[in-house]
Amino acid sequence: MGGALNANHLLFLAHGATWTIGLSLIALIGGGLVGFLVALARISPSRAVRLASGLYVQLVQGTPLLVILFLGYFGLAAIGLGLSPLAAAGASLTIYVAAYLGEIWRGSIESVPKPQWEAAEGQGLTRAQRMVKVILPQAVRIATPPTVGFAVSIIKSTSLASVVGFVELTRSGQIINNSLFEPFLVYAIIAAIYFALCYPLSRFSQGLERRMARGRAQLAGA
Amino acid sequence: MSLQLDFPAVLERWPHFLSGAVLTLELATFATVAGAILGTLVAIGRGRGGPTVRALSSAYVETIRNTPFLVQIFLVYFGLASVGLKLSVFVVAAAALTINVGAYTAEIMRAGIDSIPAAQIEAAEGLALSRLQIYWHIVLLPAVERVYPALTSQFVLLMLASSVCSQISAEELTAVANYIQSDTYRAFETYIVVALIYIALSLLMRAGFWAFGLLIFPRRRRLGTAL
Repeated sequence: MGGALNANHLLFLAHGATWTIGLSLIALIGGGLVGFLVALARISPSRAVRLASGLYVQLVQGTPLLVILFLGYFGLAAIGLGLSPLAAAGASLTIYVAAYLGEIWRGSIESVPKPQWEAAEGQGLTRAQRMVKVILPQAVRIATPPTVGFAVSIIKSTSLASVVGFVELTRSGQIINNSLFEPFLVYAIIAAIYFALCYPLSRFSQGLERRMARGRAQLAGA
Repeated sequence: MSLQLDFPAVLERWPHFLSGAVLTLELATFATVAGAILGTLVAIGRGRGGPTVRALSSAYVETIRNTPFLVQIFLVYFGLASVGLKLSVFVVAAAALTINVGAYTAEIMRAGIDSIPAAQIEAAEGLALSRLQIYWHIVLLPAVERVYPALTSQFVLLMLASSVCSQISAEELTAVANYIQSDTYRAFETYIVVALIYIALSLLMRAGFWAFGLLIFPRRRRLGTAL
């Protein structure tokens, strides 16, 4: 069989890794945009909007990403809506990420202290102004550490796009392994590359969290 | 375009769906129990072990939490096979899930253990409780009680993650779906049905954890409040 691991294999893995990053960015941006709407819908004054967005979150969070991916790729193709692996993976990840980021951000918005809402209302600001000028700037600070932490989950989740044939890091590893048949070596290298992508983000998120905790402790002490 | 959905063609395979769902639940149950034990031991090791134990348990937690489960299960499955260790798919899947969820559980448990105020332990020492009694009654059980909602979510995520075991051909729910859709050419209906089964299983697990919580924490102290 195919000989030893060489520079071409590593180049192929690097190419896969760039697609892992690309797909993660697509998921983060797409999921972030939809997730923001979900977060707003979850605290909407309209009961119907709250219920509908709550149902969306419950359905997505109760389904494995793998099944959403299969539904987006094989399922839609079977009813005549064939998507490319990239489009199917991007759309599935967007739907998945939106449900989780929506919940994280709803929690952040709701953890802005109630008096802030009341004070903004007392200033005669409209609901939109209250949101944009008073609540969101504070919610963004609260939301940053868990959002960075969730970005790590997104990078790891993109590995599942390999099952619909999208050539990202895991899929390029499988392709190389099919010719070399050195699973231990190949998957250990893949794992190391994922680690190199995820670990700095994890540390960054933990650091942000610690800084926020210190800030809260100082506030409580004052 | 004529869109014709045919759910009965898929639903008549219900015995397959049922056996897949049963295997999914078996995997999830095994990994939940084993992962909870492993995670708690690692959390204790990270907090109270010597320098070597601390370094090893940190390395374990960070490695698992920063790599995808799909790569982990490939590494275990094909890696073990390539060194001549041929284990059954169920054993490999259950072991990989346990190793994975153990790391997340360890992190949650550590947060719970860290949240126990030192004064509470000092008070227990003042009451002349033994070290073991203190660790069990004053540290561990209240810690579990505090992080119980986070643990519940983690174990539900674990059940959903077990779908990835279909990639090493464990015959759980997602693998069954792949088989049925290739047999009936009804991919859309099949995956919709399977998604609904997973949602039902998630609700079932949440209900189970809620009931178990009532059983083991009868005082039902308000969670997350400073004591």
